[in-house]
Amino acid sequence: MAESTKKVLFGPIFENNPIALQVLGICSALAVTTKLDTVLVMSAAVIFVTAFSNASVSLIREQIPGSIRIIVQMTIIASLVILVDQVLKAYAFELSKQLSVFVGLIITNCIVMGRAEGFAMKNGVWLSFLDGIGNGLGYSMILVIVGVFRELLGSGSLLGYTILPLTTDGGWYNANGLMLLPPSAFFIIGFFIWVLRSYKKDQIEVDG
Amino acid sequence: MRVIMVAVALCLVCSVLVSAAAVVLRPEQELNKALDKKKNILLAAGLIEDDGTGDVDKVYTERVEARLVDLATGEYTDAFPVETFDQREAAKDPEQSIEIPDREDPAGIGRRSRYAPVYLVRESAGSSEYSGVIIPVHGKGLWSTLYGFIALEKDLNTIEGLGFYEHAETPGLGGEVDNPRWKSQWKGKQVYEEGSVEISVIKGKVNPDSPNKAYQVDGLAGATITARGVSNLLHYWMGTGAFQTYITRVREQGLS
Repeated sequence: MAESTKKVLFGPIFENNPIALQVLGICSALAVTTKLDTVLVMSAAVIFVTAFSNASVSLIREQIPGSIRIIVQMTIIASLVILVDQVLKAYAFELSKQLSVFVGLIITNCIVMGRAEGFAMKNGVWLSFLDGIGNGLGYSMILVIVGVFRELLGSGSLLGYTILPLTTDGGWYNANGLMLLPPSAFFIIGFFIWVLRSYKKDQIEVDG
Repeated sequence: MRVIMVAVALCLVCSVLVSAAAVVLRPEQELNKALDKKKNILLAAGLIEDDGTGDVDKVYTERVEARLVDLATGEYTDAFPVETFDQREAAKDPEQSIEIPDREDPAGIGRRSRYAPVYLVRESAGSSEYSGVIIPVHGKGLWSTLYGFIALEKDLNTIEGLGFYEHAETPGLGGEVDNPRWKSQWKGKQVYEEGSVEISVIKGKVNPDSPNKAYQVDGLAGATITARGVSNLLHYWMGTGAFQTYITRVREQGLS
């Protein structure tokens, strides 16, 4: 794989993570991360949408008139999101019930729009597709980390399998209720950004 | 001019894509919805395992018979086909629903449908003897309306089970209404004492020496309002404003 494609695909995971560095798309990171299974489905949905919206926008980028480019991107993204929502309702009903409105809200996820406008409008189809997958993966990685912490500490389980038996079920682990509430995702993302920036010092923002 | 062309072309492509997906996937989605409802009915009566495994369709066809009840008279009615009757939609339709006066509305639901489905549980597959009945209930908790089913035994007083299939209470606090350990306490509790609804979720633990323990269920720590909501919605739906007429009638005439 050429150096540049590698960078496009894997860069967004640590070097240029959309959540940790650009702090985009954190709303859904708060909402869907109480359980790991919803995280995985949400991640797959976002990867699909970013990849294909980037590819489609890039495909017709020469044709898109500058004056309506944002609304064109929105239309493409919205169509893809509805597609994902319909498929989930048909084949993963339980999970789509838990994700409820948040699948639809992928439309407003700044990462998708940001990559379409910022990358796909200037680059080729294949590269844009990879960039979409890369950014989706970067988003997914944070979500999975947050989801693991929240489900393990909040419900004592991972993917529904009990790891720490809860006192309410006769075990020894007293569940941390805070982890089940949205603010805990803020703390975990905060810690993650701290750890990442201590390791990669160049991500620290300098006060202007 | 080009702007309009591009916009029209894009809209055409996108709308074809979206509507094709909706049309192709519709049957599968309807099936899921129906199956989900059946599963929740069976779960409330403990007819399938807690994790929802088991052949839902088969057990449902064999053991459950749905009927529509006119809540005002307590009689069965064929005013609407029960398979497609939607209690939530009916509650929004002024023709098919009644307004509940504030002081008679502990569940906080405002309006209710004139008719409601009940699900009779057959003694065994294909039998014409019934061992109980499952009744849909709903009411306000803290953040959301809780929708669920309560299953009663043959005497229409002893509770077989209670379960909510839709709510948005705080996970870990009010959301504990889904906790199997909490739900397991409901089995064997009594709803009525001399015709008045006595069942309630109390604060703290039920005192095992209390004379009222058959009408009481442990509270949920940190979820006072959700717990009160559960009590209130049972008081409403089991009470004279809703299912009590039906229940009294069935007790006198038997469950058939």
